[in-house]
Amino acid sequence: MALPTTRNYFELFQLPQCFALDSGKLDRHYLELQTRVHPDKAAHLSDAEKRLYLHWATLTNEAYRTLKRPLDRARYLLQLHGVDTREEDNTAMPAEFLLEQIEWREELQQAITLRSQQILDRLALRIRKETKRLLETLGTLLDVERRPLAAADVVRQLAFLEKLQRDIDQAQAAWED
Amino acid sequence: MLLQIAEPGNKTQSRSPRLAVGIDLGTTHSLVATVRGGRVVVLDDVEGRPLLPSVVRYQADGRVEVGHAARLWQNEDPENTIVSVKRYMGRALGDLPEGSRIPYRFADAPGMVQFETRAGRVSPVQVSAEILKVLKKRAAEFLQADLAGAVITVPAYFDDSQRQATKDAAKLAGLDVLRLLNEPTAAAVAYGLDRGAEGVYAVYDLGGGTFDVSILKLNRGVFEVLATHGDSHLGGDDFDQAVYGWLLAQTGITLPSPGDRLRLLSAARTAKERLSFTEETTIEVELAGGSRVQCLVTRETFETLTRDLVWRTLSPVRKALRDAGLSIRDVQGVVLVGGATRMPCIRRAVAEFFQKPPLTDHDPDQVVAIGAALQANLLAGNRSDEDWLLLDVIPLSLGIETLGGLAEKIIPRNSTIPVARAQEFTTWKDGQTAMSIHVVQGERELAGECRSLARFELRGIPPMVAGAPRIRVTFQVDADGLLSVSARETISGIEARIEVKPSYGLSEGEIARMIRDSYENAQADLEARRLNEQRVEGMRLLEATESALAEDQRLLDKEELRAITAGMESLRQVLEGSDWEAIRRAIDALNAASLEFAARRMDSSIRSALSGQKVETLRI
Repeated sequence: MALPTTRNYFELFQLPQCFALDSGKLDRHYLELQTRVHPDKAAHLSDAEKRLYLHWATLTNEAYRTLKRPLDRARYLLQLHGVDTREEDNTAMPAEFLLEQIEWREELQQAITLRSQQILDRLALRIRKETKRLLETLGTLLDVERRPLAAADVVRQLAFLEKLQRDIDQAQAAWED
Repeated sequence: MLLQIAEPGNKTQSRSPRLAVGIDLGTTHSLVATVRGGRVVVLDDVEGRPLLPSVVRYQADGRVEVGHAARLWQNEDPENTIVSVKRYMGRALGDLPEGSRIPYRFADAPGMVQFETRAGRVSPVQVSAEILKVLKKRAAEFLQADLAGAVITVPAYFDDSQRQATKDAAKLAGLDVLRLLNEPTAAAVAYGLDRGAEGVYAVYDLGGGTFDVSILKLNRGVFEVLATHGDSHLGGDDFDQAVYGWLLAQTGITLPSPGDRLRLLSAARTAKERLSFTEETTIEVELAGGSRVQCLVTRETFETLTRDLVWRTLSPVRKALRDAGLSIRDVQGVVLVGGATRMPCIRRAVAEFFQKPPLTDHDPDQVVAIGAALQANLLAGNRSDEDWLLLDVIPLSLGIETLGGLAEKIIPRNSTIPVARAQEFTTWKDGQTAMSIHVVQGERELAGECRSLARFELRGIPPMVAGAPRIRVTFQVDADGLLSVSARETISGIEARIEVKPSYGLSEGEIARMIRDSYENAQADLEARRLNEQRVEGMRLLEATESALAEDQRLLDKEELRAITAGMESLRQVLEGSDWEAIRRAIDALNAASLEFAARRMDSSIRSALSGQKVETLRI
């Protein structure tokens, strides 16, 4: 029996294989698939069928989560192109970008030390803007210029920003609790 | 809108509905409900009481009392009368907070505590099974038929071992568990279907011993849990404790006997309940020695005593909202669940926090059982015009212990279930053939501060240089929120596949033994029961296969069709007889023959699901 794990996520949701995404269509197709494959639809069926539904529902959730998040979607597209983003061992970054990172990290530290909501908000805003800019670049590189290696560089930069964003959220959460 | 979801063909089938129940297995009381004639009925006992106190007493002659009768003995025979057993499910002795050990004598069995009673050692799973048996009997008497299955509710914040223990208890009680359903989600189903609600809802569920909050998005028949949070050691019982502590201080009683402690505690509870409706009340207790305690308590005093507890519930609410990426303004309505939400201080705090009055149109004691019954009816395959889908999440992150004792998260909390993640491991020594993996659950950074779910050894790794083997460990969480782990060596081609159940789960063998033990004239009963189970299962399979063939026969070639119809014929023949093992073999054979068919039907269903969408769009 062919296990569904080999399925291409874009094909699964009948979406074009590109970075630009019709998010509403993804949501709709996701829910329609889940109404067919969720294990709740198999609770009265045989064990073998229960397993089949479990596999499909698991895959559908994983595919949805991957395509829904821009960074994961880009990683997945690159993987389909045979490009490994090598985020664990490739730390080569433009010097400019690295300097900016150091500056922002210092700002986060300052916000935490001073407990300054203002500094934190300002930093969060800048990161949002930069993330948006990089995502646009990523879209151009993947969908228009078709330069997967350059796209992989941008993915690595975005991963830095995502980590920074997480740390900002964590600082915010620590204040609120 | 909802009609779109129902599969074509199914509505035309006419058959008697399968009878399924929803069970709310609560800390202080439990109840059972079912759907009959399209309406939910909460089932009463012979005296017309829907709530069964979750109290089990072990008597000297080995008999077991459950419910109201057992509760009467709570003060006189505290050691053998187990109350609030839910607090001990899936818990080791070291997990129990101070104060929750009295008045019992515990034996620390591996994985889960056991109670020392005069009838011997019993585990929380066995105690819970006694409660479930009573509810099962109540349902069978009402329905005058065998149950096809049950949905059992659990706190959303229950971890894997607590869920596994609950499922084991249900199996032990002879219930076929259709699903473990999170209590707040069950409540949302009851409210959502009732009101045709759409938008974001928060469910605030303060039970006897647990607190849960879930944030859900309701959209065209889909109940999507966005985030859940909670505290599995916070509930109405803690409010009783607060009054009890105050009572001791007021009366100067120190170190009361176990019996007196319970007398004072239940007086504290009564006072708490009264204070929801009146401004002041008098606590009166007669102690074992004949002395009397009398004490006036006002609502104001009560609210001062419990202010911290109320405040503690709001922290998980904030965290759940944050995890859902939403603010208070996004929340359309707040549903209150659990008897403890009758307290005016809770209602006030929730209203203030969400800036809107909470919804209370369902009885907070019954709403979970009602939702569970609705879901049970759906899962049993009794489709109607109304169909819906629940997408729930895992409440706590799953991870593994890495070097240095850190917990590395593999499946983050609030991931939609079912979910699976794989992680690759390798060896660190040349020729290493085994490695051990420690699975934990929780949000703490140190593995030692998370809940330990399972430790297992991967053996039979082919000897290679360090770092060469690739062992792919897959963590699968099913729709009950239960974890299973499997592992495979991918380089050598050797499939060293294992299935790991978390350490608190009972093995199938243990459950079978416990079921056997619980039958007095074991053999005959057991045989009859097995035969009945297999017959039901066999007929169910025939019915399902027939309807599958009616719909999708075109997906099979002649040979495949022949194999399936032959399997059906063999099954029909053995169903006439009384050999349960033969029936089971025929069921397995038919299942095997139709596996590929099922896979193809799934493919076809998925394609038609999305092409259906296109037709829909065109029509508009």
